[in-house]
Amino acid sequence: MSSAKRSNEPIVWFLFGVGGFFAAYFLPIHIALYGLAFPLGLIRDPGYDKTLALLQNPLTRLYLFAVLTFCFFHAAHRMRLTMSDVLNMRHLNTVLAFLCYGGAIAGTICAIWLLVVVP
Amino acid sequence: MVQIVPAAEGKELTAMPQYTQFQPKAYRPRMSAYWYLDQWHYLRYAMRESSSFFVAYFCVVTLAQIAALSAGPTRYAHFQALMQCPAMIVLNALALGFILLHAVTWFLLVPRVALRQMLGKPTPDMIASVPNFMAWFGATVIVALFILGVF
Amino acid sequence: MSDTIILEVERFHPERDTEPSYQSFEVPLREDWMVLDALNHIKDQLDGSLAFRWSCRMGICGSCGMTVNGVPKLTCETLLINYAPGPVRVGPLDHFPVVKDLVVELDDFLAKLQKVRPWVVRKDDKKPEREFIQTPAQLEAFHQFSLCINCTLCYAACPVYGLDPNFIGPAAIALAHRYNLDSRDQGIEDRLDIVSQHEGIWDCTVVGECTTVCPKHVDPSLAIQQYKLTATKEWFKSFLLPRGKN
Repeated sequence: MSSAKRSNEPIVWFLFGVGGFFAAYFLPIHIALYGLAFPLGLIRDPGYDKTLALLQNPLTRLYLFAVLTFCFFHAAHRMRLTMSDVLNMRHLNTVLAFLCYGGAIAGTICAIWLLVVVP
Repeated sequence: MVQIVPAAEGKELTAMPQYTQFQPKAYRPRMSAYWYLDQWHYLRYAMRESSSFFVAYFCVVTLAQIAALSAGPTRYAHFQALMQCPAMIVLNALALGFILLHAVTWFLLVPRVALRQMLGKPTPDMIASVPNFMAWFGATVIVALFILGVF
Repeated sequence: MSDTIILEVERFHPERDTEPSYQSFEVPLREDWMVLDALNHIKDQLDGSLAFRWSCRMGICGSCGMTVNGVPKLTCETLLINYAPGPVRVGPLDHFPVVKDLVVELDDFLAKLQKVRPWVVRKDDKKPEREFIQTPAQLEAFHQFSLCINCTLCYAACPVYGLDPNFIGPAAIALAHRYNLDSRDQGIEDRLDIVSQHEGIWDCTVVGECTTVCPKHVDPSLAIQQYKLTATKEWFKSFLLPRGKN
């Protein structure tokens, strides 16, 4: 079949693309609040109880799972390309792919563990 | 097409001509390892791509946050204290900067490709980006309201 | 403003040099001169051994591509006074083997252009009874990508091509895309086999410099990203419906 000659990269690129949108839409506000505004006291932290209640909502967990998984794969693909082209490690392509996508898979498994198994 | 001259006959034709008596060696420059420092546009590209490290970093921080939340108030308080360390503040500020760079460049580059693919004809540059920026603003507000406990 | 400007031109003689060097020339700084005019002045008046390609001197043949102060440009369209007071560095296009001075070897590029089957591919054998009718809307779909003059500035600007000479490159992919979008063409599957490879569209990391330097506003980067969308759609189709196509 002719498609056997074609690369299987589309699936990785698709994950990268969706992850790019998720990272762009959702990550900035998370960092702005949890990473800067709350620790610096610029906005009052809602507190443990409210945050836990938010986490316990199944929709929140679905949202977090989707955002984290796709962002991990987006980051993995881009990190692999950055290390290969910008940091001139093209000759280590297989090792980089293994480390990056393996890392993304590990991150996804962690997310499943924390969002599904633990609660 | 490449002309075959007597000295080259009998050898395999390749895209890159090899040394023959009548064809001295061309100069093949090697690309510098710091090629991205040669032009501002390349450096901007390198910075945009480096945002991926910070995306991965903050996803790991979020996983740690979820783990701390599930483990109880004491652990969560430890997590919050860690986030207040000056080193973490600096790292998070850097992360925010790079991820904003990612978001802006993404919305300027990607939506027009999808729009062109759908419509099949050229469109003004920003027409696909503006709805995405608006949706970004909307998503930010909605997520913030959830996080702040308004909903 | 001074009357003259210094041009630092990269010289390389294949039988004498192992590496290029720079030679400075002082040329008149005329308001209406392009860099190409300065080079022709050097060749006519100062050093007849300077080798460079040029032809139409109006930005349509694509012959006079060179690196001017680090940026690939068509020298016939690059105003000299924009670089005043100078000096202006003129070198051959990056990422191509240098034959002599400012002349580069384009065999790799030409081979890649041919590789993507840049012609209207028809799957039916019968001779058409009349010319193919195409509406203005159908023409508009691919017209932008047909404007390529094969000047290879995009290859000189693309760092991926510099790092991996196997990369098919912006112009070749844009040309393949031009034929895919052509309503008369039926060769999209054949071209996908060739272009949806690692050294095809998937090597591209969207640096975008190809689009920035293109003198004809072909926007090869857009073509490549569109191609990735097409290839991904076809990949999912073949994955989910393996017998969907003959």
